[in-house]
Amino acid sequence: MTLSAAAPAPLPVQPPSGCPFDPPPEFSALRTEEPITKISLADGSWAWLATRYADIRAILGDLRFSSDTTLAGYPLSGMTGGATAGEHRGFIRMDPPEHSRLRRMVTREFMVKRVEALRPEIQRITDELCDAMEREQGPVDLVEALALPVPSLVISLLLGVPYDDHGLFQRLTGTLLSRTVADDERALARTELRGYLDRLVTAKEAAPGDDILSRLIVEQQRTGEITHDDVTSFAALLLIAGHETTANMIGLSALTLMRDEESAGRLREDPALIRGAVEELLRFHSIIRNGPRRVATADIEIDGHLIRTGEGVVVAVPSANRDEDVFPDAGRLDVCRPNAQHHVAFGYGIHQCLGQALARVELQVVIGTLLRRFPALRPAVPVDEIPFRTDMSIYGCHALPVTW
Amino acid sequence: MKITIDADKCCAAGQCVLIAPEVFDQRDEDGVVVVLDDAPPADQHDAVREAAAICPAAVIELHA
Repeated sequence: MTLSAAAPAPLPVQPPSGCPFDPPPEFSALRTEEPITKISLADGSWAWLATRYADIRAILGDLRFSSDTTLAGYPLSGMTGGATAGEHRGFIRMDPPEHSRLRRMVTREFMVKRVEALRPEIQRITDELCDAMEREQGPVDLVEALALPVPSLVISLLLGVPYDDHGLFQRLTGTLLSRTVADDERALARTELRGYLDRLVTAKEAAPGDDILSRLIVEQQRTGEITHDDVTSFAALLLIAGHETTANMIGLSALTLMRDEESAGRLREDPALIRGAVEELLRFHSIIRNGPRRVATADIEIDGHLIRTGEGVVVAVPSANRDEDVFPDAGRLDVCRPNAQHHVAFGYGIHQCLGQALARVELQVVIGTLLRRFPALRPAVPVDEIPFRTDMSIYGCHALPVTW
Repeated sequence: MKITIDADKCCAAGQCVLIAPEVFDQRDEDGVVVVLDDAPPADQHDAVREAAAICPAAVIELHA
């Protein structure tokens, strides 16, 4: 057996020992030595892995790298989020023109001015949860008390999903985003979530309300643009994407600021810095750890490597956002970093996060409120006892016990 | 500076509006970019260049 016959290593997911906020250490060597490399996937197949900022923007910005999960060669193995190659796959797993047609049915719901109008409501939700935290005597789990409920309540409100069902959809979303559950368990969770949302959409068809799903039914389904199943796919996508991502950013951001008194102090003194600080926290934490993924629909050269038609590509967002060519001293959290917003934490290209304006406002409100109301907030356990989510495709903390 | 846009390519991420709100807006029906001032004053040029650099769909073109 020769070395060259060995299967390539899998996608790195473990942060360096004792440094839970750093991306897997393999990325830094790969960026320098082998920025386009091969990784093996769970089913024994392989895909290209891109680790440099410039290459990742080139790939995600090039429509010849397809998001269509039904194309031969698409690197599906190990994908989470209820990966499905075929029907009901949602517009994030499609290319233009169909992708653009469907995405534009919901873009106005998340545009900057609509989200800014929600800011007072997001502040009210945050204040109420902080009031409840203050009434607690002992340590609380910040994930359960604040980080998960804020985005979960907000997306439930926007979609018209009853928040009373949050136990159900939070559990199913957790299974869908886990990298370590068996594929059939994930498929079951997907079926259960789909069944729940299918019934919800049926109820809204009979009695539409003032929410995104109802507007899709009235304006798009009733005019024949989309079907009942399409509305259910929108619901699944927006519900999953709408709370897990922001929830994990809230937890990690709070924890880094608890451990960085200088940055926390600057933000407390000058709240106008919070907007930029959120961009830096998005860059620094880069919680998307399992893609995005594409398949080449042409032979395309990236950074001197020929990627052939039908070959899969996985890009490492945390690596791009620590690329020293773009972000000097990239391993340091600098809440005043001038080019922080150049990060690709929301992806890049036409699939860039639809809900980014909402995520930004939620983060700005929650972080600002925590800094103001809980100046002595600190972890209630040693950091090495905090369960970090290396088993999930979205990084963060499973739980974050805090006291003040 | 003269700004042109290719609205068909816009994915309504809204980053231009966050960076240069005096120059860019989003249209109400679908969030697609609208240019409020296609020849902005000099004090807006840095922000407009930043918006063009960050735009995920490379929609914003700048001309001297």
